[in-house]
Amino acid sequence: MGKTLFEKIWDEHVIFEREDGDVLLYIDRHLTHDLHFRTFGALKAAGLSIKEPEKLFGMPDHSVPTTAKVVDDIPKGEMRDAVEVLASAADEMGFVHYPMTDERHGIVHVVGPEQGITLPGLILVCGDSHTSTHGALGCMSFGIGSTEVNHVMATQTLWQRKPKQMRINIDGELGFGVSGKDVILAIIQKISAAGGTGHAIEFAGSAIQKMSIEGRMTICNMAIEAGARSGMIAPDDKTIEYCKGRPLSPKGQDWENAEAYWRTLPSDQDAVFDQEVMLKGDAIAPMVTWGNSPQWALPITETIPDPLTESDPLVRADMEAALEYMDLKPGMAISDIEIDTVFVGACTNSRIEDMRAAAAVAKGRKAQVRTLIVPGSGIVKKQAEVEGLDKIFVEAGMEWREPGCSMCVAMNGDMLSAGERSASTSNRNFRGRQGLGSRTHLVSPAMAAAASVTGHFTDVRKLMEEN
Amino acid sequence: MEPFKTFASVGVPINIANCDTDQIIPARFLRRGKDDPEYPKFLFHDLRFEEDGSEKDFVYNKEPFRNGRIFVADVNWGCGSSRENAVTAMAANGVRCVIAPSIADIHYNNCIKNGVLPIRLSDENCKKLRQQLGNNPGAELAVDLDAQSVTGPDQTTYNFEINAFDKHRLLNGLDDVGLTMEFEDKIETFKQVYRSKHSWASPQSTN
Repeated sequence: MGKTLFEKIWDEHVIFEREDGDVLLYIDRHLTHDLHFRTFGALKAAGLSIKEPEKLFGMPDHSVPTTAKVVDDIPKGEMRDAVEVLASAADEMGFVHYPMTDERHGIVHVVGPEQGITLPGLILVCGDSHTSTHGALGCMSFGIGSTEVNHVMATQTLWQRKPKQMRINIDGELGFGVSGKDVILAIIQKISAAGGTGHAIEFAGSAIQKMSIEGRMTICNMAIEAGARSGMIAPDDKTIEYCKGRPLSPKGQDWENAEAYWRTLPSDQDAVFDQEVMLKGDAIAPMVTWGNSPQWALPITETIPDPLTESDPLVRADMEAALEYMDLKPGMAISDIEIDTVFVGACTNSRIEDMRAAAAVAKGRKAQVRTLIVPGSGIVKKQAEVEGLDKIFVEAGMEWREPGCSMCVAMNGDMLSAGERSASTSNRNFRGRQGLGSRTHLVSPAMAAAASVTGHFTDVRKLMEEN
Repeated sequence: MEPFKTFASVGVPINIANCDTDQIIPARFLRRGKDDPEYPKFLFHDLRFEEDGSEKDFVYNKEPFRNGRIFVADVNWGCGSSRENAVTAMAANGVRCVIAPSIADIHYNNCIKNGVLPIRLSDENCKKLRQQLGNNPGAELAVDLDAQSVTGPDQTTYNFEINAFDKHRLLNGLDDVGLTMEFEDKIETFKQVYRSKHSWASPQSTN
């Protein structure tokens, strides 16, 4: 029987298998950020050290204000403490650290692939659920809790149980104005926010093959929003081209060996998946979420659903509660929903292609509402500035910020006030996610920019026709 | 970690589908230490408290539910962020068990690591238990990990599945690092073979 992409990488990392099925896996890469600043003290208190510091990469992202360029710009208190503790732990314990003043710094899930820390065939973990992002390169990656973070630091291994295998096939040609973000929102709408629980997802099909690496990262980033800790895409020519020449990717003979190995990784023809899901790529439209779970998503052309049409009383109650929280009425056209703030950024959509997509819409137009554009790393920021994208945003009246998690997580100064409504390229529309009482609608970068320049949700395909 | 054998407590019905970890503990508390005297209040903070600190109409604020130490929740409990603080906030309030039709994978693992028993029962049984707890405030649930059973307020017993290793860890209050250290030789042997086979997989120097 053939193996899936996931199974091939898994099997290669098994140190020991227990009779009850749990395995001890070897971990190739560990990313960490400021929210795990307490781990180092806990390690020391337990008399432990970092087993393989050269495989641990740290950078501040959650607690960094996007107006700050250096640590001294961060207000004194817990935000600055978290950033400083991470930096001094790196010094003391000898792991790689990209401080705010290093252009390589940024959101862990943007920096990993950018620096070649993330590679096909590896196992990469991080104490952050959006670690699924790295699966776009054919890397097995998943988020872990802080006890597991501690365990990986101390042993470079992790006890895991093999998840079930799910493949989601998206075939056909994506329409004009439709991006990876719209594809993953359409998937979650179809399979639900718990549809992938207990599974590792492989995204496949012609629409995925044609998609850029960065679009694939957006899709894998939100595998966790479908319940799956891990979302992966088979490495192909694009993946290999992307990895080649990155600062930390293999060189010389190692590169040759790696490439040969990576080409053996795609799932075998006769690999068995516990579940298969099919979606038609050409039927996907730009999406907007309307509730407090990413599964509550609809095409921009739709109207807000009526809970009364839902037969399950619990689902109906859930929809009613969401509409009340979001202050929306059944039957309302999504394109009539007015917004207060636009956020383009987060590990979902803060890469150079996302910046370009937002700039293409912003060019020659004016923001009607507060709009934050937050590149995912110093490298993305620099590239955007080389291309003049920053000028386009600033001329449109948008704010061009420093890299960080920003308004995705509302713990670094960027947030909405109670009752404010956003069009956001982040990955979670949970209650209060962008600040107490905040109302979040998830969209693609192009759709976010379209909402910014019109003040309400707008079908970006119509705007782009005017260009 | 405190071993888990049997446990009985008032059950708290949490009637929220897809109750994400941002609801269980909002992100702005994630930098706070477990030793913070305010820590127990972070659990369900924004569902429980107004901005001025006054209490909202939420089940966990009401007597006798506020002393309940077993939660019965809805589908996809603990989805979203990997924050282990969601479990430490539960543990800080003495909560030792959560029962739901489905529990998000990362949160499930975090429960096991903190001595909180995650139990998956059918959607129908969870619904029934939540109704019983709601209709009879203060009704108790009893959990027996060794027997893998939950007894409801009407004395109906429900069996649940749990992986043998997870059960062993909880019953004995085991810490993973100590356990893994016993495999030191196997890990070293693995690493030698792995390095010779995949020399490309070690981070390459930037210089």
